[in-house]
Amino acid sequence: MKQFLVFVRKEFYHIFRDVRTVMILLLMPVVQIILFGFALSSEVNNVKIAIFDPSKDHATQLITERISASKYFKVVKMISDPDDVESLFKSGKANIVLLYSEKFHENLIHTGHAQIQLITDGTEPNTANAVTRYATNIIMASQKELLQSQVPSVTRPAITSEIIIIPEVKLLYNPQMKSSYNFVPGVMGLILMLICAMMTSISIVREKEVGTMEVLLVSPMRPIYIIISKAVPYFVLSFVNLTTILLLAVFVLGVPISGSLFWLIFISLIFILVALSIGLLISTLVDTQVAAMLISGMVFMMPTMVLSGMIYPVENMPWILRLISNFIPAKWYIIAVKKLMIQGLSIDSAFLELGVLFTMAMVFILISLKMFKKRLA
Amino acid sequence: MLKYLIEKEFKHIRRNKFLPRLILFFPTMMMIVLPWAANLDVKDIDVAVVNRDHSQLSGKLAEKISASAYFNLSSVSESYNNALKTLDKGDADIILEIPEGFEKSLVKEGNAKVLIAANAVNGTKAGMGSAYLVSIISDYSRELNNQTITRGIEIVPQNRYNPAMDYKKFMVPALMVMLLTILCGFLPALNIVSEKEIGTIEQINVTPVGKFTFILAKLIPYWLIGFVVLTIAVIIGRVIYGITPQGSLFTFYLLASVFVFVVSGFGLVISNYSNTMQQAMFVMFFFMLIFILMSGLFTPVESMPKWAQIITLFNPMKYFIEIMRMVYLKGSGLDALTRQISALLGFAVLFNSWAVLSYRKSR
Amino acid sequence: MMNEVEQDRQQVIKVEHLTKRFGHFTAVDNISFEVYKGEIFGFLGANGAGKTTAMKMLCGLSKPTSGKGSVAGYNIEKESESVKANIGYMSQKFSLYEDLKVWENFRLFGGIYGVNDKEIGPRTDEMLAQLGFEKEKNSLVSSLPLGWKQKLAFSVAIFHEPKIVFLDEPTGGVDPVTRRQFWELIYKASDRGITVFVTTHYMDEAEYCNRVSIMVDGRIDALDSPRNLKSIYNAANMNEVFIHLAGGSNRKAD
Repeated sequence: MKQFLVFVRKEFYHIFRDVRTVMILLLMPVVQIILFGFALSSEVNNVKIAIFDPSKDHATQLITERISASKYFKVVKMISDPDDVESLFKSGKANIVLLYSEKFHENLIHTGHAQIQLITDGTEPNTANAVTRYATNIIMASQKELLQSQVPSVTRPAITSEIIIIPEVKLLYNPQMKSSYNFVPGVMGLILMLICAMMTSISIVREKEVGTMEVLLVSPMRPIYIIISKAVPYFVLSFVNLTTILLLAVFVLGVPISGSLFWLIFISLIFILVALSIGLLISTLVDTQVAAMLISGMVFMMPTMVLSGMIYPVENMPWILRLISNFIPAKWYIIAVKKLMIQGLSIDSAFLELGVLFTMAMVFILISLKMFKKRLA
Repeated sequence: MLKYLIEKEFKHIRRNKFLPRLILFFPTMMMIVLPWAANLDVKDIDVAVVNRDHSQLSGKLAEKISASAYFNLSSVSESYNNALKTLDKGDADIILEIPEGFEKSLVKEGNAKVLIAANAVNGTKAGMGSAYLVSIISDYSRELNNQTITRGIEIVPQNRYNPAMDYKKFMVPALMVMLLTILCGFLPALNIVSEKEIGTIEQINVTPVGKFTFILAKLIPYWLIGFVVLTIAVIIGRVIYGITPQGSLFTFYLLASVFVFVVSGFGLVISNYSNTMQQAMFVMFFFMLIFILMSGLFTPVESMPKWAQIITLFNPMKYFIEIMRMVYLKGSGLDALTRQISALLGFAVLFNSWAVLSYRKSR
Repeated sequence: MMNEVEQDRQQVIKVEHLTKRFGHFTAVDNISFEVYKGEIFGFLGANGAGKTTAMKMLCGLSKPTSGKGSVAGYNIEKESESVKANIGYMSQKFSLYEDLKVWENFRLFGGIYGVNDKEIGPRTDEMLAQLGFEKEKNSLVSSLPLGWKQKLAFSVAIFHEPKIVFLDEPTGGVDPVTRRQFWELIYKASDRGITVFVTTHYMDEAEYCNRVSIMVDGRIDALDSPRNLKSIYNAANMNEVFIHLAGGSNRKAD
């Protein structure tokens, strides 16, 4: 045991000698949480709108006013030629252009027909959709105002007697629609994977490359303990990060831990175990640091970021990707964290995820031990 | 002198077991997989309907929802709690509850309430989903009023450049930028520091090779790699996603070459300051993450708070993503991009002179 | 007699009061010496005595803290790039490119030093013939045994016919036969007029040098021909001279 502690201490020396890397490892979750929590939002606002108004009458002015008063829109330009639309979009100066028809107010009152064209820069479909919807709502509301003030009260009953279904919208689990509820579990998955898998594999391969691994292996320590001693510091480090993320999430972002903290930490430990065993596995497969980095960086990190559901919902993906995503440990972890932490469900609802992660940990550990023994033999 | 150094760099890449494969397979795989995965298309929202009214009108409403392109009717049940369970299991994203006496109330009082409950853990989906649902419901009530619009403002929406509203089309050009950034950023970052670790850098430092020549010889191979990666991506974009650049290919490659210089220059700067590959890798990872998240790749820059938008001004990736989306999807020409181009040129000069200056032949 | 000859000859390295400090640690402490054209100059000292640091300053890899020096007529501090163009260097750590073929290494370094493109090919063949390595022309350097690599590194270092070649423990870890062959190469280069500046641990090798200096704790404690040194210290061989001098070191070996 004493020998083991000596080895663990040596690993800590390695890590803390490289101040830059340690700083980054500790800072990375903080920066991610801040960026995701405060900077990134897919909510559409400050949309740049340009308006073509050949009528310049009471109605168009009212609508234009309502639009510029809305928090969603910023009127950037009044254009005088509808052909300008193309160049506005191409230079990125506007996201949407609103074109009134001619004699707008007159037509609206007399023929009951007036037209507004909403041309959006449709490159980003969600924004385009949302922008059209916002504009439509504002125009509809203005229309009501216009018609009510214009049309004599005798004809109004037709409008008031209409049947209305009033939808009441309730947002479950995240009433303020904070995106942090969605990404905090994702950041946890990513950081733990990064530190455990990448760091462990690189540090073991480094010893192989430098040649010190042989020195360690001829020592009276059993090989298995050497490997475990290499994993311990990263285990500790990831636990520090886990704590940082949870503290920031709760106290800075206001994401509650609605479920049991015990089970949340328990499943995180299982996930860390999975990540460590992946790191071990990589280290038995490759001989150079570069290879270890590229494999853990490209083969494990990219899929974790993309297919785990941390940024993009898995259920939107085609079946083959959904199938592949089942083999990504972070996906199960993220689902479980969402259930346990945010939805506040009890542990029995996360049995499946727990089971999958546990099995993965066992399988990876067994394979990497086998590979390790084979290399020694 | 330069010729021999460039030859050497190419031989290193060719002899490496990993690199040539990585340069070919990584972009191919990424371009095949990412556009499908990196998809914020809000389609196929699963709705659980709780129909407690069993009337003709409520049945029709449920029908109308399942007929919509956005929704899948995942279950119809009698109790809200059952529906909530399906939502907790993840089989439904949104619940629509039609209360008892819905039809009666509509007929008698002229109005009725329905409840929409969305799982807002995924904010985008909940927000857009409930908004769609609300608009279907108001369409439905308009239908009930037998109100074909006889008078009023007719709104004609039109979406340019991406009429099919395909999210993949939006992502493909930006993902190309991400590929270029990752490959042409990470590989140079590991390059000089690996010569430091092996010790060969000393043999070079004792020769009369100029710093500028040395850095240039390191940059040029990545420049070509960038072209290879970009070409693979463009071909896949065409073959799999049917997306061709609207703008000229010349503009496209010209600006890409400036961008590759920016990121490889940045990579070399990191490499110069690092002592081990591990360090270079992590420092690069750190910056890469910030670059990618703050670039507008996943979420629009306009939606960020002011302070974050100011940070994005220092992110070269942001400018190139703007350029790529504009050139690829809208066919913008060089004249429309002067702001972005001058920013990229600035970064290219900055990072590469920094790389030359920070490379020290003696200490 | 030796002194008369020295004065006739041209100085190619001249060092005055050269000092290098790292923080409080003085690695090279005020050394002064000259090396003459065509000479084989042995630079001896225990591990950590400051040999490599001193050599790096001469090659322009490291800037002196104080003092001055010139190599091949150029100031080592202000004209380090011109110094580099006129020297060859073989470092302690083998530093040819392992993932390049033998001829590719010659081509690379020949090219870097500005050897004419057309001349590189024939000269490579000539050098390989001298080494008896014709068959290995197309082998990757990584596949060669250490002794071969060392000989190759030496050939690469003198490929561009430098005025001076610096060898930092060139024969470390090499078997006696190969060491012998290595020294034959050094003699051949010296015969062609290349000045050889060599550090070594092997005292038998010190005997092969025209003159040797012995560094202790960053200072040069002795400088003369092996024969003179042996008579001054009344020693049977260089080993005894070395132990006599280096035994007084205060510095821990690394």
